[in-house]
Amino acid sequence: MGTLYEDIVARGGEVFGEEHMETLRECVQCGKCTGSCPSGRNTALRTRTLFQMALVDLREEIFNSPELWFCTTCYTCYERCPKGVKTTDIIRTIRNLAAREGHMSVPHRMIGVYVLKTGHAVPIGPDQMKLREAVGLESQPPTTQKHKDQLEQVQTIFRETGYDAMIDFNWDAMTLKGMEKKGGKK
Amino acid sequence: MTEDSKTYAYFLGCITPNRFPGIEASTKKILKGFEIETKEMVGASCCPAPGVFGSFDMHTWLPIAARNLAIAEEMDLDIVVSCNGCYGSLQEADHLLKEHPKLREETNEILGKFGREFKGTTTVSHIIVVLHDVIGLDRIKEQIKKPMNDVNVAVHYGCHFLKPREVRGHGSSETPYILEDLMKVTGAKIPEYKDKLMCCGAGGGNRTADSVQSLEWMRQKLVSAIESGCDCMVHPCAFCHLQLDRGQTEMEQAFGIFFNFPILFATQFMGLALGLSQEEVGLDKQTTTIPEKILK
Ligand code: SF4
Ligand code: SF4
Repeated sequence: MGTLYEDIVARGGEVFGEEHMETLRECVQCGKCTGSCPSGRNTALRTRTLFQMALVDLREEIFNSPELWFCTTCYTCYERCPKGVKTTDIIRTIRNLAAREGHMSVPHRMIGVYVLKTGHAVPIGPDQMKLREAVGLESQPPTTQKHKDQLEQVQTIFRETGYDAMIDFNWDAMTLKGMEKKGGKK
Repeated sequence: MTEDSKTYAYFLGCITPNRFPGIEASTKKILKGFEIETKEMVGASCCPAPGVFGSFDMHTWLPIAARNLAIAEEMDLDIVVSCNGCYGSLQEADHLLKEHPKLREETNEILGKFGREFKGTTTVSHIIVVLHDVIGLDRIKEQIKKPMNDVNVAVHYGCHFLKPREVRGHGSSETPYILEDLMKVTGAKIPEYKDKLMCCGAGGGNRTADSVQSLEWMRQKLVSAIESGCDCMVHPCAFCHLQLDRGQTEMEQAFGIFFNFPILFATQFMGLALGLSQEEVGLDKQTTTIPEKILK
């Protein structure tokens, strides 16, 4: 583990390329991102502050701030930053690091459960099958939820990348560890 | 994509087929009417959501998206989607895997575990781009059965259709034109409104992180459209549809007000203009009711 900046460049760099992530160093704290942010209109998310905190290595403070999760990844700041800072991808990378270090809420972890069980973040149920029939479609689309052999491929990906362990997934109960009985909310 | 490509692999994602099948039905019906075929992608999964899975773990997001791309490659077809989330995810993954050879190698190592491979032979398009650029405004105009002359439409783009523009390639994200062009051929008026370019508030896990705050965000957007005299909102994103339509019930629970402001996916609105019924495009079975003025 390096400084937060180094980790952002290393981790995000694996996907976007290091140069993309190194744009964080170009931030001149002008605040155009904050001024553009639709989230900041209603929440305590201050995009400029987030990047300042990242640059001065306030790792735990960022990881523990609920505002980190109030960005919708709308890319408005990304488009407008006068210094070409790849803002939204940097925010997503900070979240990736936070998630790997255990800072992920139960509802966010539950999204992974749905995908592990059905291949869909939003699975289909009997009522929606009727809606499909009403507009002349097959009751169930031919996706992973219908084809279990295809779903297994998606599950293999989760195992390979360690996403299952990251969200503390119990493969026997097919839900989060600690929720085996209720299988639902906290 | 070849010029005469008339068949697409239709990547459904989650919300289109599993919550708002009217979006799927209207997309298929319109394309068929213009002699464009759509094929089902057997075994496709969640795209997976770019702001959600991309926020949790890019290294898991990417191979899942790559697997979906590989399915279309095996079919030897280009992809069409009806959700900005799917568009964002699949197009970004395709872009990254085509740009970075090492990343492609690592991703293919995972896909190889079950005999699949990303080769880079497909492209990802969005239904409104197919309408605008492949079918073309002139051909659509000829087929308009119910002109929408007296309808004021609040155009909502969502985020991942336009941004980041370096990947999407639809020009400036501040002065978009594709949806406007499509609305104009139906005869509809498109008033400007304050929060036109604002996000619906749902993405990036925000809706899950804090639903009331996310609804308040959407409330501001809807109020600004209503105040500008708009009769309805038309958009190109199944995920926005979930927030903007279903979210109005949740807004009622959270704030005690039911706007009943009509929300239509682009092909639902276009479908009505092309002569389809509200039942055929699934608008009779959603939260918000579509007024006579639009149905006629
Ligand atoms: S707009 Fe760009 S340069 Fe200005 S504060 Fe935000 S990230 Fe830094
Ligand atoms: S991408 Fe996130 S931080 Fe940037 S403007 Fe949008 S919500 Fe705000």
